[in-house]
Amino acid sequence: MVLAQDLTKHYRVALKEDSLLATWRHFLFRQYRTVQAVEGVSFRIERGEVVGFLGPNGAGKTTTLKMLTGLIHPTRGQAVVAGHVPWRREKAFLKKITLVMGNKQQLIWDLPAWDTFRLNAAIYEIPEEEFKKRVRELSDMLSLTEKLHQPVRKLSLGERMKAELLAALLHRPEVLFLDEPTLGLDINAQVAVREFIREYNRRYGATVLLTSHYMADIAALAERVLVIHQGKLLYDGALEGLLERFAPYREVGLVLAQPLPKEALLPFGEVRVLEGLKARLLVPRERLTERVAEILKRLPVEDLEVREPPLEEVIARVYKIAPLAHTLEEV
Amino acid sequence: MRKARVLLSVYLAYMLEYRAELFLWALAGALPLILLGVWTEAARGGDFPLSPGEFARYFLMVFLVRQATVVWVVWEFERDVVEGRLSFRLLRPLDPFWEHLAAHVAERLARFPFVVLLVLLFFWIFPEARFVPEPLPLLLGLLFTFLAFLLRYLMQYTIAMLTFFSERAVSVEEVFFLLYLFLSGTIAPLEVFPEPLRTLALLTPFPYLVYLPAALLAGQEVDLLPGIWIMLFWGGALLLLWRLLWRLGLRHYSGQGA
Ligand SMILES: Nc1ncnc2c1ncn2[C@@H]1O[C@H](COP(=O)(O)OP(=O)(O)OP(=O)(O)O)[C@@H](O)[C@H]1O
Ligand SMILES: [Mg+2]
Repeated sequence: MVLAQDLTKHYRVALKEDSLLATWRHFLFRQYRTVQAVEGVSFRIERGEVVGFLGPNGAGKTTTLKMLTGLIHPTRGQAVVAGHVPWRREKAFLKKITLVMGNKQQLIWDLPAWDTFRLNAAIYEIPEEEFKKRVRELSDMLSLTEKLHQPVRKLSLGERMKAELLAALLHRPEVLFLDEPTLGLDINAQVAVREFIREYNRRYGATVLLTSHYMADIAALAERVLVIHQGKLLYDGALEGLLERFAPYREVGLVLAQPLPKEALLPFGEVRVLEGLKARLLVPRERLTERVAEILKRLPVEDLEVREPPLEEVIARVYKIAPLAHTLEEV
Repeated sequence: MRKARVLLSVYLAYMLEYRAELFLWALAGALPLILLGVWTEAARGGDFPLSPGEFARYFLMVFLVRQATVVWVVWEFERDVVEGRLSFRLLRPLDPFWEHLAAHVAERLARFPFVVLLVLLFFWIFPEARFVPEPLPLLLGLLFTFLAFLLRYLMQYTIAMLTFFSERAVSVEEVFFLLYLFLSGTIAPLEVFPEPLRTLALLTPFPYLVYLPAALLAGQEVDLLPGIWIMLFWGGALLLLWRLLWRLGLRHYSGQGA
């Protein structure tokens, strides 16, 4: 459904200086710097898959999505989305995809969301009856029904995002590109948006590629993740695999019977937190049983619990290791 | 006090950013009415091809044609690019050309009642300009006003394509606007242009944007024939240029701000 091969984008950024003289010089002989935003990214997503796209700020996620939706031409490489080359921008292609950007909105600010829906219905050539049916269906799924006739500027951030999703899905696209769709939303709204995306995927068999800086989104929606860092693809596979590969650790949570100095805990693992009687240690997976046994023998422990480390920490770790090992094979 | 001063100075700076536009817009809007006074006065004394009443009528029609053909798509397009809204337009299976065109037509409909009011006011002030139009020139005049709008829109939209390559597309439009002011017949009907200039002006697209429809509407004698071909030529040339710049522009577009 989505195929990217050696996808690469270099932006040319004009260097600018402040003085008047420099402005003139700039006008005559431009100096450029090249930003390698995406570098040789290849992957393949099957129909109906939900894939999470992870990476720190500036990693190249949005740039990749822009190429896959045909907004920009790649510097190098190929892509096929729903049977089309995106940047040819054929009508049939545009009708099969959508892009939602959490930091941008397409809704007309001063008019009710309903008017944007009407406009989109006309542009996408959706018949009147079908249009009304779809709005009803989608707004039910989003529990948004009463808000459609208020000016968009009077909606809350969460309601606006839901209306934004509705506008973007009215033409029932087969491939959804979602760029931080939960940006800035509170927990309830995040969960609602997440549930909605899952439901849409289930009902219509849509393919979803989604970026988010909230790991909960990724964990709830994506069976598979792509990790990109400095424009290069670092990982492509199941979310659990990411944990195994980058964080072969378990977290051991302790409740102590009496306060201890940090040094007393050091022999058992990496001390992440030590606050009063509570402590969290990272222990290599293969030594887990051995270490836990030792802890129980040597330390005054009231309670002990073994957990997976939080996904955020794993990801942070991935990004930290990444600059040292640039290709998949090396990691 | 300090608040007021800072607010004023910031907004003044903001307005001055647009000073060229503000000035030209205000000038262009009011110009026909000012010039009308000037030319009717002049016509009373001197030897001119048009009578004072004809001058008054011509400038009224210039005013109307301008109202019907005002175009600002280059500013809209530039804002779209800078703020990243162009990306949303590009995602839809409809060329943004049509969306902006629709917005212009809608604005025209909203403007219509005010224009009618202004015309009534005008006839009240200048009784010598009152006239009963002949049906054929009137229809032709309306048709050519519509064509003038399309040509003007196409011209500015083509200039807007430069936004893809430079941050100064609006300046290009301003230069064109100056040419437009002088050559379109906004300042004086082409009848009073000195000879070589008149022939030259008629080869540019500008007289067809104001002079031709205004003169038709005012019931003046006009030669349609070479004009239509010149108009068609410019229309075709701009069409090609637009498509070319659009294609090149999309390759260049980096989706900034989105
Ligand atoms: N239009 C542009 N022109 C020049 N450089 C750009 C442009 N857009 C992005 N970049 C640069 O390309 C790199 C990748 O940016 P991109 O927006 O793809 O990152 P991202 O992964 O989406 O980050 P974030 O999580 O912050 O949204 C960054 O270094 C950015 O500065
Ligand atoms: Mg981004």
